[in-house]
Amino acid sequence: MTSIDTRPAGVTGVRGAPPTAGRPGRPGAPAPPHPPPRPPPPAGPPAARPPPPPRARPARRGPLARARGGLPTLVFLAPMLLVFGVFSWLPIGRAVVMSFQRTNLVADPVWVGFANFQQVFADPQLWTAVQNTGYFAVLALVFGYPVPLVAAILMSEARRLRGLFSALAYLPVVVPPVVAVLLWKLFYDAGEDGVFNTVLGWIGLGPFAWLQDADIVMPSLVLEATWAAAGGTVIIYLAALTGVDPSLYEAAEIDGAGVWRKLWHITLPQLRGILLITFILQIIGTAQVFLEPFLFTDGGPANRTLTLLLLIYRYAFTNSLGGDYGAAAALSLLLALVLTAFSALYFRLTRSWSGS
Amino acid sequence: MKPSRTAAAVAAAALAAVGLAACSDDEPDDGRTHITVTIDAGLEQAAIDAFDARIAQFEDAHPDIAVETQEYTWTAGTFTAQLAGGTLPDVFTVPFTDGRGLIERGQIADIGDLTAELPYRDSYNPNIAAAGEDADGDLWAIPIAAYGQGLHYNRTLFEAAGLDPDAPPTTWDEVRTAAKAITDATGEAGYAVMTNDNTGGWILTTVVNALGGRTEADGQATIDTPAMREALTRLHDMRWEDGSMGDDFLYDWATINQAFASGRIGMYVSGGGNYGNLFTQNALNPDDYGLTVLPLAASPDAGVLGGGTLAAVSPNAEPDEQAAAVEWIDFYYMEKLTDQAAAVADAEVKAETGQPVGAPELPVFDKAAYDEARSWIAEYVNVPVDQMAPYTSQVFDQPLLTEPVHATQEVYAVLDAVVQTVLTEEDADADALLAQAQTDAQAAIDAAA
Repeated sequence: MTSIDTRPAGVTGVRGAPPTAGRPGRPGAPAPPHPPPRPPPPAGPPAARPPPPPRARPARRGPLARARGGLPTLVFLAPMLLVFGVFSWLPIGRAVVMSFQRTNLVADPVWVGFANFQQVFADPQLWTAVQNTGYFAVLALVFGYPVPLVAAILMSEARRLRGLFSALAYLPVVVPPVVAVLLWKLFYDAGEDGVFNTVLGWIGLGPFAWLQDADIVMPSLVLEATWAAAGGTVIIYLAALTGVDPSLYEAAEIDGAGVWRKLWHITLPQLRGILLITFILQIIGTAQVFLEPFLFTDGGPANRTLTLLLLIYRYAFTNSLGGDYGAAAALSLLLALVLTAFSALYFRLTRSWSGS
Repeated sequence: MKPSRTAAAVAAAALAAVGLAACSDDEPDDGRTHITVTIDAGLEQAAIDAFDARIAQFEDAHPDIAVETQEYTWTAGTFTAQLAGGTLPDVFTVPFTDGRGLIERGQIADIGDLTAELPYRDSYNPNIAAAGEDADGDLWAIPIAAYGQGLHYNRTLFEAAGLDPDAPPTTWDEVRTAAKAITDATGEAGYAVMTNDNTGGWILTTVVNALGGRTEADGQATIDTPAMREALTRLHDMRWEDGSMGDDFLYDWATINQAFASGRIGMYVSGGGNYGNLFTQNALNPDDYGLTVLPLAASPDAGVLGGGTLAAVSPNAEPDEQAAAVEWIDFYYMEKLTDQAAAVADAEVKAETGQPVGAPELPVFDKAAYDEARSWIAEYVNVPVDQMAPYTSQVFDQPLLTEPVHATQEVYAVLDAVVQTVLTEEDADADALLAQAQTDAQAAIDAAA
């Protein structure tokens, strides 16, 4: 009988007591009956009493909480603050400002209020882009999301050559993304002598116009994107699988559970936390898909692969005269807001079953 | 522990400060005017040496100017980013289509007073000069080259299909027949068009012009015209009835050049001066190459779409740098058109470094000046001029049209989608397609106004 026990030989369970599936709890932070006393605020008003601690939530002790403050801390933080400030927060802030301006970045910007947002909402291509991005995300979810999981579970079963399989699965991640797309562009050659069409021709299929046919162009992009990204996720799942307590499988086997029951009742629940994270990461990633449509089709044929990020790019850069940076910033901001809201909602809804 | 931690922190902060300081502007203060000029990207060492030699000549003649080079090639996407980021060289080149918009928005330096001093300022063909002039007729950007669209064809494929490569098609019906013959005989695309990155709209507009139509009139989009319908019908029939347009319908300028140079395309429409790019970037076999004029419909409005290159000066250039930049444009780009010694020197260098000399252009001044400049460099010409004769013998008689002036690139983008739809959907609804394109194009023009 095949076993779903994914533990490498010789590794014993890492935790003293196996966590019970379905009960919330944070690893490493068992909820104490009473929250620990909060450290006094470093420079608070002397008479201020510490506010009542939040109910039933352990105090978070991040790296900052441990620091004592003072000059050395500040100085050590400075490079990080500087780098993030200059290269990340400042551009984000400027983009927000720019979404309310009309500017070509050469002449002085003009404040236009919400005109950029109105313009974006009035653009018929926005809805095309939303639909296409949604379609890409759904396809990637339906086909791309399970692939790394299945691959990881199968690979974890391999007693030998697992290292080789992992390396092979991870190889596409090592290939520079642009190179990978250009390579796949050759594979997708619509002629009878294209790589895929040649292979499919052996079994009497095709030739297919992979990138030219409006109906199959999006699945073609998803196929490449899945191939390119699966390896990284496979590694994450493999690591998570080694953390599943083997005694759970033993107990299930004693109770007479088969392969599928063990998969369904042990493996997947044990991976729940990771699956929740990769799910939201995938949604955020696919909502921002740019590389594939940009390099494969440039949004074609007839805007069938025009995605939101490609539309932002077009706003800013299609017109070689210095494009509509205001509209590009406005749409970027909208996308960020939607994704932020979605993520917040997602984590709120799944909080109760996100423990692992 | 604490003192060493503090010391390390201070050191880290000092390093960060040094790093920032290194980013600041450090133009040497030697009393000379420093300008950066454009050099083509990816040149052979011999060509770079030749360029440096030209700089040395220039600096000898202008001891108060110091010239540095910066690699630069105009592409729609990178240009916008460079313009916005202020990283353009002081002297750079842009296509004709961009001149008017850049001038209107003040995105290039106003060098009208400087260009007015140029001795050949009034010799320009008015249609050519207009590309670089503002509303008052001041020349902000200097036209350095012009071209008319042409029909490029592969002589080897023509022969393989039993066609006479010395008698290329002269009507669009003959283009269709030849395309089908090529596909039937060789399996390659008989005729192909660009569709992506605004080039689909560019080529569609070219064909519409050749059929006597226009895509705009008096600031109004005129997409749904008989000429447009004819152009699309021809595309549709060649694609779906003849199957003579190959498998790839997502070409842009660079990829169609590559496909043509590698013998995958029988005929396509692009700029008449394109030979240089095909030869130097795509390793075209010169024996394959043929060039003829676009077939023009028997309509008084039919004409060949033209274009060209403008040399412009960065808006960030100081007044003394602007003056130096105009000196450089005059020296490097214009003297070879106006001065025999400069023309010969330029052609000699190009011929020695294996770059094409003598690819056909259109005159920026008048035909006589153009012919004279060509005669200076006749002995260095190394392109297959006989194979371009069908073009060069007729193009000067074709009416030259300028590109649409309102929201040019945006309307091209709208037309990209039209071409792509016709080529990828057999049952595309032409009425709905054109109605939508008309709306979108008008919206783009209104938004730009």
